[in-house]
Amino acid sequence: MAEFSGQGGLSRALNAAWVRPFLFLIFIVIVWDLTIRLFKIPPYQIPAPADVVAVLWHDWPELLRQTWPTTYATICGFLLSAVFGIVVAMLIAGSKTVESYIYPLLVFSQSVPKVAIAPLFVVWFGFGIIPKVIAAFLLGFFPVVVSAVQGFKSVDPDMVDLARAMQGSRFHVFRAVNLPHAMPAIFSGLKVSVTLAVVGAVVGEFVGSNSGIGYVLQRSIGTFDLPTMFAALVILALLGVVLFWIVDRIERLVIPWHVSQREELLFAA
Amino acid sequence: MNAATKPTGLDQPAAHLRLVPECADAGSPGIQLSGVSKTYRSRDGDVPSLRPLDFHINASEFFVVVGPSGCGKSTLLKMISGLLAPSTGEIFVEGEQVTAPSGNVGIVFQNSLLLPWRNILNNVLLPIDMKRLPRDQYLPRAMALLKLVGLEGFEKKLPWQLSGGMQQRASICRALVHDPKIMLMDEPFGALDAMTRERMNVELMRIQRETGKTVLLITHSIPEAVFLADRVLVMTERPGAIAAIYDVPLPRPRSLDVMAEPAFTELVQRIRKHFFSQSALD
Ligand SMILES: Nc1ncnc2c1ncn2[C@@H]1O[C@H](COP(=O)(O)OP(=O)(O)OP(=O)(O)O)[C@@H](O)[C@H]1O
Ligand SMILES: [Mg+2]
Repeated sequence: MAEFSGQGGLSRALNAAWVRPFLFLIFIVIVWDLTIRLFKIPPYQIPAPADVVAVLWHDWPELLRQTWPTTYATICGFLLSAVFGIVVAMLIAGSKTVESYIYPLLVFSQSVPKVAIAPLFVVWFGFGIIPKVIAAFLLGFFPVVVSAVQGFKSVDPDMVDLARAMQGSRFHVFRAVNLPHAMPAIFSGLKVSVTLAVVGAVVGEFVGSNSGIGYVLQRSIGTFDLPTMFAALVILALLGVVLFWIVDRIERLVIPWHVSQREELLFAA
Repeated sequence: MNAATKPTGLDQPAAHLRLVPECADAGSPGIQLSGVSKTYRSRDGDVPSLRPLDFHINASEFFVVVGPSGCGKSTLLKMISGLLAPSTGEIFVEGEQVTAPSGNVGIVFQNSLLLPWRNILNNVLLPIDMKRLPRDQYLPRAMALLKLVGLEGFEKKLPWQLSGGMQQRASICRALVHDPKIMLMDEPFGALDAMTRERMNVELMRIQRETGKTVLLITHSIPEAVFLADRVLVMTERPGAIAAIYDVPLPRPRSLDVMAEPAFTELVQRIRKHFFSQSALD
């Protein structure tokens, strides 16, 4: 009996949602290691996983110290893109005139490579945090706008009519119907945005900064210190995952009613 | 088409048919439509949906509209509620011209349109929130209405956890919660099973009798129309016009038994003929 439940516990642990990607990750690392050994790839091209782990192990205080500025810039940029993105989307969805003026320009501006103009922010704002935040904001902004516009526009006009028929003011109707309806779309935009904001912050650090993971990356490339570079990449990936996970949690709290969340609700019930 | 122009050919006692609507003046209670028509303007041309209509719905009257699909019934209802501007003509509700939605109307749309993020009770209370009335004052009424339609115990459930029929019943509660003088109902019972539908019919009729509400109800079921109505308006195919308006001479209060009476079946038959002669079975 005890053995059975022990096994059940093990298989449940193996099947837990967070374990599966972890197992897959271990698999990838093993393949990585084997590939290097098998094809004798020199360490100045691809470092061995063990070396990367060693760097993570030895240098973690320094790496952690460098992680904070990147995280901070990412979060600031992301919050800015969330706020501005939703407001701009509201304007675009609310007025045909605004849409016709702004939307094409917005799409146009997206084709400008941010990496190319990032040095400009350094010229304008110096080597501080501001260029990074702006770069993170610029990358995170667009997905929020696109999905939020789609969310605001896809509301059933009958639903809006219903609230209007009850003498709801424009603001009340918007708050009661349009905004909640757009929430799932907004959140899918925010999830894309938060991972892009990490990229933006790193781009900002690339072009002009003396702190942050992007700075570590650039320095290690300069000295061909590949294990450190890969360690920095691992940290960036982790940062992206953690931030994505946080947004996902918030989504569950904000829209527990949505189709994508229903299964959870059933389990909870 | 001939039904629209020559309804007298359908051989009926004159008392049952009013071709010329009683013309009440604009200041009178109830709902007055004069020359109201609607043409939707869309990119690929105009869609004429309603030909000019003139009729009057008396205060506290149960007025039912039947007509083939797409003849403009929902359009008519939206114009009366003030959500849609008529292309021509004027609408007066309680003596006042309709130019914008007035809060004194309860609307049940064709589909239940419950907000998926609000639980059933909060959905029913939506008109209260929109009109910024005190919630706690209307809470007992909302609960009583939910009980009336058999949704007791579902107050805290989200709409998707209810069947289509239950959702529609909740939307009827929502239309009644602020105690409007006028009820506009667009096929409110379309999603219900036959038995619940009959029960709801009886219930709605009782509410209407007791509260003296003016009800405009759209339905696809001719027996339902005759059972509920003081008068039945029959519409022609798109673009809709008045084919005929029938008085229903059945005494009130009515029970489901009236459906077996000859006067009932005769009138049902007579209305049905409109649709056969229009070759638009609905
Ligand atoms: N927003 C709109 N834009 C253009 N045309 C419309 C619009 N809404 C309705 N129509 C047209 O107006 C006509 C009447 O529509 P309406 O919804 O009032 O019909 P209905 O009588 O309620 O039909 P049903 O019984 O199927 O609900 C239809 O032929 C439709 O094509
Ligand atoms: Mg309709």
